[in-house]
Amino acid sequence: MKQGTATLPLKRPQSMKSSRRWALIWSYVFLVLFAVFFLMPPIYMLITSLKGSGEISAVTNPWWVYYPTLENYTALLGSSTYMTFFRNSALVASIVVAVTMMISIPAAFALSRMKFWGSATLATGVFLTYLVPDTLLFIPLFKIFAWVREYTGIELINHWWALIIIYPTLTVPFATWILIAYFASIPKELDEAALIDGAGYIQMLTRIFIPVALPGIIAATIFAFTVAWSQFLYPLAFTTSADQLVLPVGIVTTLIKGDVYNWGQIMTGALLGAAPPLLIYAFLMDYYIAGLTAGATKG
Amino acid sequence: MAETMSGAVAPQTRRPMTMKRFVRRRSTIAFFMALPLILLIALLVVYPAFFSMYLATLNKSMERFVGLGNFEFLFKRDTFWMVVKQSCIFAVSAVFFKALIGFVLAHFVHTIPAKGQRKWRGMLLVPWVIPPAMSTLGWFWLFDPTYSAFNWIFVRIGIDPVNWLGEPFWARFSVILVNIWYGAPFFLIMYLAALKSVPDQLFEAASIDGANWWQKIWYITLPMMRNIISITVLFSLIVTFANFDIVRILTSGGPVDQTHVFATWAFNLGIQGNDIPLGASVSLFMFPILGIAAIFILRGVNKRGNEA
Repeated sequence: MKQGTATLPLKRPQSMKSSRRWALIWSYVFLVLFAVFFLMPPIYMLITSLKGSGEISAVTNPWWVYYPTLENYTALLGSSTYMTFFRNSALVASIVVAVTMMISIPAAFALSRMKFWGSATLATGVFLTYLVPDTLLFIPLFKIFAWVREYTGIELINHWWALIIIYPTLTVPFATWILIAYFASIPKELDEAALIDGAGYIQMLTRIFIPVALPGIIAATIFAFTVAWSQFLYPLAFTTSADQLVLPVGIVTTLIKGDVYNWGQIMTGALLGAAPPLLIYAFLMDYYIAGLTAGATKG
Repeated sequence: MAETMSGAVAPQTRRPMTMKRFVRRRSTIAFFMALPLILLIALLVVYPAFFSMYLATLNKSMERFVGLGNFEFLFKRDTFWMVVKQSCIFAVSAVFFKALIGFVLAHFVHTIPAKGQRKWRGMLLVPWVIPPAMSTLGWFWLFDPTYSAFNWIFVRIGIDPVNWLGEPFWARFSVILVNIWYGAPFFLIMYLAALKSVPDQLFEAASIDGANWWQKIWYITLPMMRNIISITVLFSLIVTFANFDIVRILTSGGPVDQTHVFATWAFNLGIQGNDIPLGASVSLFMFPILGIAAIFILRGVNKRGNEA
């Protein structure tokens, strides 16, 4: 064995080197191919968003902009309907993030550090809940909303704030799951030291766990925001009037008028709608990826 | 449980009274900290899930109990069997190609010099970051019957234009393609992270023993990544099986219901068609796959827990 390591590179250094070079060439060829495939739709959306409606309907080269214009952007940013969608989305997403963190952080702390009766079962349950898809729950939730109206008079259907109640079912289980993993990696000596110094559990959480597990908390926040921002099924099922819609549903339902598609505006709307998650990703890529790989995520 | 016991017993021998009270107080605090989570899961996930089973046994106006009547009705309809078939084709083929592309790309990214890896990884994850409803609109526009940008290229290189979303075969192909496009980057990230954790010495040793690249993958990479591959595939099966956004926006189930999956058909029947019990019955068919996958994943999670 030992002799092998020493002699082999000497025996055929040329072939090792050239096979390495070929591996590199093939890697780059395929990476470029797939990068083209992966980036083509967003780039095409950008191209279309820069075209006026005249250029879109005149069948010129769809992959090139001959007369770039920002008219779609100014039209949408000046449109009160579109800005309402944006406002609704921003409000829903940021409140959901706050609610998610307020539920997940204490729960993850309790589940990872302070064992209580049934806590192990609960941790598994959290994970299982994460597997329950929204497509299974929207019909019963729709009916439950109707009942709530019948018995309490509170109307939940067709109000954007009702989404704040149901989105946490999508964000909390996974956020808790990531945070349990991060909290569990904090050495026990730290909390023992804190306890000896007379800190209570709340202090232990705010002074030690939250600062030390901050990367995990950022990752969970990004995850919660992205999920809340992208959610399509619940708002489609539960909201209908234009002033209550969030971005994804708003673009799909209102920019398409009858069978008339204003493609320039639809693409612009979709791109602007994709901008917040993309910006977060661009600036916090490492946290984003850490969150993805922390627990095996949905894919 | 065992840990709880030992944690509670060991200090007790030293300071019986105070420690006992301390432990009791601790578990009470812990319970209250987890209470919002418990309430959320119980009221908005577990209860609706069981409630949908109850709903599935009612008639359309939800006044009469019909037992398995809705299911009998479904089993007699051709559309239902078509949806079952399409859901399976959709989920299995999409997950297979997502995993394959993710695996291959992860190797390519892993091969290039470390300096450039970050850049490529960042670029290749973009489809996953864009909200699927938004990117599917972009695809919808690429597939547009009159202005399709793909057909424009096809015509230039002498291929007949394709009616992407109008013909059943191509419509099925399109929804699967978009799903692969959206999901493959996720597999890439997971597999790349897993590849990084395989010790380089293993590959070095193998090349010294004269192993070719195929043998390295078969005897080193795959066994080392077995856990992560099975977990990601199971997850993806669940999510792809339950997919809604892509099919809804691209085809709304058309042409003639050929591309419907369980979720979109349940939406059509339950919310748009106002037959909530029937919609609930359709969506319940997502449960079996969920249950099977959950069992496997739980076994994986427990194993992971034991190793740690």
